[in-house]
Amino acid sequence: MSENKRVDKPTGTETVGHEWDGIEELDTPMPRWWLWTLYATIIWAIGYVILYPAIPMIHSASEGLLGWSSRGEYAQAVSARERELEPIRQALVSTDIRKLHGSPELMQQAVEGGRSAFKVHCVQCHGSGAAGSAGYPNLNDDDWLWGGDLEAIEYTLIHGIRNPDHEQTRFSQMPAFGRDGILQPTEIQDLVSHVRVLAGREKQSAAATRGAMLFEANCAICHGSDGTGDRTQGAPNLTDAISLYGLDRASLTNTITNSRYGVMPRWGQRLDSATIRMLAAYVYSLGGGEKLPALEATATTPVESDGDEQS
Amino acid sequence: MSSPDEVLDPELKLYESRKSVFPKAVNGKFRRLKWVIMAITLAIYYITPWIRWDRGPYAPDQAVLVDLANRRFYMFGIEIWPHEFYYVAGMLVMAGIGLFLVTSAVGRAWCGYSCPQTVWTDLFQHVERAIDGDRNAQFKLQDAPWGPKKIGKRLAKWSVWLFIAFWTGGAWIMYFADAPTLAVDFWTGEAAFVAYATVGVLTLTTFIFGGFMREQVCIYMCPWPRIQTAMMDEKSLTVTYKEWRGEPRGSVKKAEAQPGSFGDCIDCNQCVAVCPTGIDIREGPQIGCITCALCIDACDSVMEKVNRPRGLIDYATLEDAELEKAGKAHNPVLKTLFRPRTLLYFSIWGAIGLAMLFAVGNRTRIDISANHDRNPVYVQLADGHVRNSYTINLRNMENRPRDMVIGMTELKGAVMWSNAGSRDGAGKTLVTKVPADSVARLRLYVAAPGEGPVREDFALTVTAADDAEANDVDEVFFERPETGE
Repeated sequence: MSENKRVDKPTGTETVGHEWDGIEELDTPMPRWWLWTLYATIIWAIGYVILYPAIPMIHSASEGLLGWSSRGEYAQAVSARERELEPIRQALVSTDIRKLHGSPELMQQAVEGGRSAFKVHCVQCHGSGAAGSAGYPNLNDDDWLWGGDLEAIEYTLIHGIRNPDHEQTRFSQMPAFGRDGILQPTEIQDLVSHVRVLAGREKQSAAATRGAMLFEANCAICHGSDGTGDRTQGAPNLTDAISLYGLDRASLTNTITNSRYGVMPRWGQRLDSATIRMLAAYVYSLGGGEKLPALEATATTPVESDGDEQS
Repeated sequence: MSSPDEVLDPELKLYESRKSVFPKAVNGKFRRLKWVIMAITLAIYYITPWIRWDRGPYAPDQAVLVDLANRRFYMFGIEIWPHEFYYVAGMLVMAGIGLFLVTSAVGRAWCGYSCPQTVWTDLFQHVERAIDGDRNAQFKLQDAPWGPKKIGKRLAKWSVWLFIAFWTGGAWIMYFADAPTLAVDFWTGEAAFVAYATVGVLTLTTFIFGGFMREQVCIYMCPWPRIQTAMMDEKSLTVTYKEWRGEPRGSVKKAEAQPGSFGDCIDCNQCVAVCPTGIDIREGPQIGCITCALCIDACDSVMEKVNRPRGLIDYATLEDAELEKAGKAHNPVLKTLFRPRTLLYFSIWGAIGLAMLFAVGNRTRIDISANHDRNPVYVQLADGHVRNSYTINLRNMENRPRDMVIGMTELKGAVMWSNAGSRDGAGKTLVTKVPADSVARLRLYVAAPGEGPVREDFALTVTAADDAEANDVDEVFFERPETGE
C-alpha cells in the first residue's frame, strides 16, 4: 500500500499510505526535541553503565569505574559519623566516671549515646522503656539489686551477672530450699507468709511468726534479719514495694522452692568501654540513679534547648 | 462537502501573539499622583529593612525581620513565634478584605497605582522612554533592523532594567536577615546560597515581568481582575469614557464643517497611546483596564487644547454615568462612598484588626506544654509511691532570661523534681531558668502515694518568678498501677 503515499496539502506532511474508510494517517515525524532527548538519554545510559554497577553477573553486578556501591556509601556515612563522635568517646573514656557529673554536657552526650545503644543491646530483656518485666529489673525505679550509682552500674554492665566463666562477675546464688529438700512445703508456706508480712502485703499471723523463725535460720544471712537485703551479694530488699519475681503467694512459693538465677551478659567483652559508659549514664539517668557514696553529685544538668534560643 | 484543504486556513493560529505596547509619556494630575505613590511604595520597599528597633541584648534590632532560621517574625514592637502564625493569617485576611473594601469603593485602585507589577512596569517604561525615546521612536526602533544603534540601545535598556531588577531582588533578602550584616556578606561572598539564589530568581522575574510580560501578567496571570468583576458594583469608581458625550467621533475640522453632528471625541487616539496595557477605553469597561487614569490625563490635555470641557474620559461610577447620560446630577460622593456594602467591609476589616490588636496586647509570653511519658507509663518506687514522668516544654517568649516556677494543681502528697535534681530535693514546685526567647525542655518527675485512682487528672502550671500574671497551665494525668495481686 505504500505506493498510496501522498503529501497532504494543508499540513505538507506525507501520509503513511494506509487508508481506512477514507481516513488516512499522517506520517508526522517525531518532534526533534523528543528525538534529541532520546539520544541524550542513550548517551547518558552508556556513561552510566561504564561508571556505575549496572550489568548483573552471577554473584554481583559489574563494578563500574567509579567503584560506587550503596553498601560502600552506607559504610562511609557510618564511619564519617563515627569519626565525628570519636572526640566524645575519647573524652568519655578518659573521664573518671565518678567525675562525670562535673561536666554536664559530656554527661548529656553520654546519656544520648546510651539511649541509642540501649535500644540495640538491652531492650530484648529490659524493654524499650527500660521498665523490665518479671525477672528483668525495671531500670527506671529506685530499687537496685547491685547498686545504682554510676560506678556500680558500669561494673554490672562490664562484668555481667552470674557469668560462670568470669571471676569478677556479680555473683550470688540462693539455695532451692524446696527442690533440694532443705525446707518442707509447709515450712515454705510459713516463710511465704513472713516475707509477705515484711513487704506489707499481709497481716501478722501464726504462720508468719513461724516463718520469721525459719527466715532467721535460713535467709537472714543474706537478706538480713530485717529483710532489707544486701547489695554486696545482690540479695534483694524484701521490705520495699518492688519485687523482681512477684510478691503473690504462688510466685514467692516458686522462688523459695526452686530459687532464681537471673543472668546478664558481661558487656565488657562485647562492647567498647565508651559505649558501656554511655549505657551506664543512660541507665543512671532514667530516674532512679543514686549518688556516688563518696562524691556529692552536682545537680546542674542543664535544661535542653530545642535550638530556638538566640545565640 | 468541503475538502480538507479548505477547512484548514494556514494563516489561522491557536494563539494570538502579543501586540507590543509602547505607552506614550503623559502629564497630568493622575500622572503626578502615580509618581508620588511610586516614590512612597518604592521607598517603603527599599528602606523598611534598614530601620532599626532596639529590642535589648537578646533579640535582633531590625524593625521588620522575617527570621526564618530562628523561626521568628519581628515587626516593630511585635514578635511572632511560629505557633502564633495566625496573626499573619489574620493580616492576610485583612489584606484580602481591604482589597474588597478598596475595590467596592474606588474600583481597581490597587491595580492602577500600588500593585508592584504596576509600579515596576511603570518604572521600566520610564527607563524605556529615556533610552529609546517616546512611543513613535520605540515603534520605529522595534521595526528597525539589528544594527549597532539598535544593539547599543537594547543593551543599555536591558542593563538598566537588570540593574533595577537586581536591586529589587537584593532589597527583598534584606527582610530575612540583619540587613547591614547581610549586605556586607552578600558582596564578600559569605552570604548563604539561598540569598544569592533568591536574588537571582527575583532579578530574573522582575526583569521578565517588568520588561517583557508587563500587561500580560495583569490580563492572563493575575486572578485579581477576575475577582474584581465580582467585587465591583454600579457604585464603584471606574474609568469611564462618556460615549454619550463623545460619539460620534470626528476631528476638529469635520466638526467645524458640520457643527452639531459630532461629539466631543476628536478621535486623536491619545487615550490609546498612553495606555500601559494597550487597550481602547472607548470600548467600555474591560478586563485589561487597570484604572491607572493616564487616559484621563491624556484626554483632559487634548480637551484643553481644543477648548472643550475636560472629563470626556473620567472616573465615574456606572450609576453616575447613567445619571449623567440622562442629564441628572451625580449622586452625592459621600453617599456613594458610605453605603452598606463598603461599611460592612470596613466593619469586618476593622473588627479583625481590633481583635488582633487586642489579642496581641493580651497574649502571654510564657507557655508550658507537658506530655505524659508513656514508656513506662508509671514507675513503682521502693517506698510504695508511684512516679510518673513528663516531658515539659517551657516557652519564654520574652527577650530576657526568666526564672519560671513550675507548679501543680492538687495531687495528694505529690512532689516534683526534674532530671537536673533528685527526689531528695523534691517539693511542690520547681524553679528553672529559661534562656531569653527560647524553649527549654526538661524531664519532670512527679511522685505521689501509691494509693489512689488508677488515673488521676491534674494540671501542671508555670508562672514567671517575677510576675504572677504571666502564667500558663497544661492538663495532664497521673497513672498508678492497678492494685490487687
